[in-house]
Amino acid sequence: MARIIVVTSGKGGVGKTTTSAAIAMGLAKKGHKTAVIDFDVGLRNLDLILGCERRVVYDFVNVINEEATLNQALIRDKRCNQLYILPASQTRDKDALTQEGVGKVLDELAKTFKYIVCDSPAGIERGANLAMYFADDAFVVTNPEISSVRDSDRMLGILSSKSKRAENGDEPIKEFLLLSRYDPTRVKLGEMLSVEDVQDILSLHLLGVIPESKSVLNASNSGTPVILDETSKAGQSYSDIVDRYLGEDKPHRFIDEDKKGLFGRLFRSK
Amino acid sequence: MSLLDYFKTTKPNSAKLAKERLQILVAHERSERNQPSYLPQLKQELLNVIRKYIQINQDDISVNFESDDEQETLELNIVIPEQPQS
Repeated sequence: MARIIVVTSGKGGVGKTTTSAAIAMGLAKKGHKTAVIDFDVGLRNLDLILGCERRVVYDFVNVINEEATLNQALIRDKRCNQLYILPASQTRDKDALTQEGVGKVLDELAKTFKYIVCDSPAGIERGANLAMYFADDAFVVTNPEISSVRDSDRMLGILSSKSKRAENGDEPIKEFLLLSRYDPTRVKLGEMLSVEDVQDILSLHLLGVIPESKSVLNASNSGTPVILDETSKAGQSYSDIVDRYLGEDKPHRFIDEDKKGLFGRLFRSK
Repeated sequence: MSLLDYFKTTKPNSAKLAKERLQILVAHERSERNQPSYLPQLKQELLNVIRKYIQINQDDISVNFESDDEQETLELNIVIPEQPQS
């Protein structure tokens, strides 16, 4: 049985696409055949983050409109042969997606894939609604910042009322918190909401904390999912997240400040 | 700021403030989310009926919906002005 994961947040710029690319690559590297779909029709970016922007021929909307087959549109990742990308259309708008069309594509993917990662656009319009509608699991990406936490809570309300599972009265979508752009130093100074603060408000199962890291920008610059940068904290954090999602019991990291000596302070690590 | 001040001042804890604001806001938004969608219209229609007899303002009527595991309560509160208007 395929498992459909939506990566969502409500708010833009919190790291949904970075997360989608990282966890899809992580699951694929563990040997699970994984597809990652960009639902941001008109503003596609997942192809850039995964470094396959020049290999896009057909897209999600072409498949829905039966202008191309799913196999023609899927792009196989060059680094990991278990990972496939279905890019969004750049020339259409969000209304090009229909519930029936999305459902059909997901059904077809589910025949051969183990995990289907849906990269949701920001906002609560059609693209975002369809990205979460068919989901089994939701990764709620949140920054330790008031507007992001508020929007995440709003998304949780939508997940529990407007999804297929909610409408059919099935077991609800499993919701997980991914707290990204976390800065333990600022938390310690009282300048940033802590993991506990955010959990107090959202009451979600914490899948992982992704620390603010320069390696995220470096990774997107080069079109490499940050999870492949095994030396970076963000990369390690995403690896942990994938392991935890797959059932491994791993202690949380990167929540506390590094204990750096003078030497460490002088030569700041990434 | 003198050097002494630097050691004395305790920095304002803005994260604490953020959490307090969020807790209030999120609680409010969650309660609204769980309300039936007919509530605003119900309020407006009640207001129209009451205004046939008494002049009251929009703010003088409050309709609250609460639910727990056992029951759902619809609470209606109308403040009638002290001076009867002619």
